[in-house]
Parts: sequence; C-alpha cells; structure tokens
Amino acid sequence: MNKASHKISLTDGETEISCPEGVSVLVAMHRAGLSKIPVGCRAGGCGVCKVRVVSGQYHVGKMSRAHVSEADEAAGVVLACKVFPEGDLLIDPQGKFYKSQQK
Amino acid sequence: MAINGVLRPGFMQIRVMEMEKALWHYRDILGLDVVGTGEDGRVYLKAYDEFHRHSIILRETDVPGMDVMGFKVSSDAYLDESAEKLKNYDCKTEWVEAGEQPGVGRRLRVHLPSGHLFDFYADMELSDNGPMTENPDVFKDMPRACGVIRFDHALLYGVNVMENFKILNEVFDFELAEVQNDPEGKPLVIFLSISNKAHDVAFAEHEEPGKLHHCSFLLEDWNAVGHAADIMTRFDIPVDIGPTRHGITRGRTIYFWDPSGNRNEVFAGGYHYYPDLPQRTWDFDNVGKAIFYYEKKLNDTFLPVVT
Repeated sequence: MNKASHKISLTDGETEISCPEGVSVLVAMHRAGLSKIPVGCRAGGCGVCKVRVVSGQYHVGKMSRAHVSEADEAAGVVLACKVFPEGDLLIDPQGKFYKSQQK
Repeated sequence: MAINGVLRPGFMQIRVMEMEKALWHYRDILGLDVVGTGEDGRVYLKAYDEFHRHSIILRETDVPGMDVMGFKVSSDAYLDESAEKLKNYDCKTEWVEAGEQPGVGRRLRVHLPSGHLFDFYADMELSDNGPMTENPDVFKDMPRACGVIRFDHALLYGVNVMENFKILNEVFDFELAEVQNDPEGKPLVIFLSISNKAHDVAFAEHEEPGKLHHCSFLLEDWNAVGHAADIMTRFDIPVDIGPTRHGITRGRTIYFWDPSGNRNEVFAGGYHYYPDLPQRTWDFDNVGKAIFYYEKKLNDTFLPVVT
C-alpha cells in the first residue's frame, strides 16, 4: 500500500511537488531536483532552509532555538528539513541564504 | 622535537537536541564507545584508540553547537604559568574545578576573542578500556562502524580570529601552519598546530561569534575513508561533501552532519608540521582547490553552514 502524499506549493506560483507522508518538505524538494529552498544540515541545526508555512497541516521535529523561536514556530516560521506535511501545504521560503541566492 | 606545554586536543563538549539520535550517530555510525552518563545527563564517549577517559561529551539542549574544546597540557604547573601570562591580555579567564567532568582535573578556561571557550587541563584519568600497551595488538576489541581512531581537531567560526591567534601563539605556542586569505588578502581561515599535525584547530573569520564548523575524527587511510562513505550512504547520513581531499593540510576527507546539524569530519592523512617550516598560504583565487582539491570549486554549504 502506498503511503499518503501531500501537495507542496511554493508562493512563487510555479513550484509544486508531491511529498510522501513521513518525508520532510526539504527532502522532497531535494529529491525532486529543485533548489528553491537551500539545503544545509538537514537536521534542524543550521537554519538555512527557513520557510513560512502559509497554510496547511503539518508537524515539526526538533529545531535549533537559535533559528526558530517558540513565537516563530507558532507563526509557522520553521525549518523545511523538519516540516512533515499532514495535508497540502503552501510555503514561502524565508532564509537569508534564499534571499542572497535570488539576487 | 619534544612536545611540551599544550600536547593535543583532548575533548569537545557538543550540544545536541535529542540524545538518543545523537548516540546513534556518535556510537553506532562513528563507532565511539560510551563511557558513561553523568548525573546532569551529559554522555561521555571515547574512540577505541584513545588512552584517556573520554574525548566527546554530548549535552542535550535546544541549540546545537559547541560548548567548549579542551586541550591536554604537560603539567599542572604549566596551567599556573599560563594563567599568569594571560593577565597581560584582554580576555576573561576562569578556573573550572576538578571533577566538573568525571575523571578530569582543574581546567584553565579561556574565553577567546572569537567567542569560543578553550579549557586547558593537565589531568584526565586513563581509560580502563584504552589501547593495549604490553605486546600491543592494533586493537583490543574490534572497531565498529566507521571505527574512528581519535578525536583530532576542529574548525571554529567566529569574530577577530587573528586576536585568538595572538593569545594562543604568545601564551600557548600554537603555530600558524597554513592560511586561506580572503579576496582582500587578509586571513579568512587560519590553521594552527601545536604538534606535528598539519592542524590541531582552525578558525574562520565570521560575523557571529562562537560557532562550530566541524569536529573531526581520524581514520587510518583512504580505504577507511571509503568504508566510511559506504556507511554514510547506507544509513542515509546527510553528507556535505566527499570523499575528497583538501589542498590545505592535504587531508583526505568526508564532511557530514550529526542529527542536530553539527558538522563532523572523518579524515586520513595530511602533511607533518614542524615549527621551523615556512607558513603555507592560499590566495582567494585558489580557494576552490584549497578547500576541495579534486572538485577545485566550493559547494553551496561548506563555507556558510555552521551551528
């Protein structure tokens, strides 16, 4: 039986991928060959894959409080490597690396 | 050459976000042995070929990174002499009492300008599970997993790293073996040796103080690096780069992250350093080859990603 998968869309309006249950948004992006969200440690520590979840249900794993405060987490500002979708998500990349790469 | 004063890197206390996941990584992937758990929950580990009680200390908290790096010195009197010399420098020092880590004597703690803590200590108990010394086999129990030989060195990111060098050189006799310059020709990464190793610690200039770039473990040779690479893929360890070689230090290497995002290295080789040898320098036009000798260019993550 296939695991459920969820649709992940970015706010750029052109990026949409499928993310299987239990796989993080970042890993799903990476597997799809997309570099719209920067990939770093993939372990919630370095903070380069910071995103804002605009809408949708998800749960998160442990993330460094140096990068994601409790207020951030409550506002959906999280690290994509630790975001596990429970439904379709709309995501806005936030990290400083993202901005610098877009220049 | 006789090594006196500072002998070698002896320990690193690393902050991890989930102890069980960290233990899987450091024990079951790298192959360190668990020595014990302290009353405060810190877990102590050592590599199979290390003589002393522990070398890696894991502390569970919600911000990963490095708490402190320790260096073993040749005598307790050296600590007093160093503390006296440090009064001439604008950096905070303090004494950490014996027993703060089990089996470790008093430590002279130096708050470096870069934002890192360095502890110098003369005494740590010998392990009851150290390498053999009489008719010694190459190992006692069979090494597991990557089978790292020892905690070897670290690269740390922070501010004013040449100020670190001034203190570490003038007080503790660290030598500047190799330098990577920035585009303006100023030191960007400095590689310091207190021994015959190409480096015992390195510092990179960075806008945030007190950051950890990587904690490094020694392997025997290129074959062991290849075996480690197989383990990384088999167990889906996030790898930054490698196997490859550095131009700087000439080490053969893999970089990867622990489950809290702290970067580790396993490596083999590197040139031998002596304090009378000329300093080696890389200009920024050659930074690709300096860092990744085979790829000859940087990747997106190696320089900027730290904890």
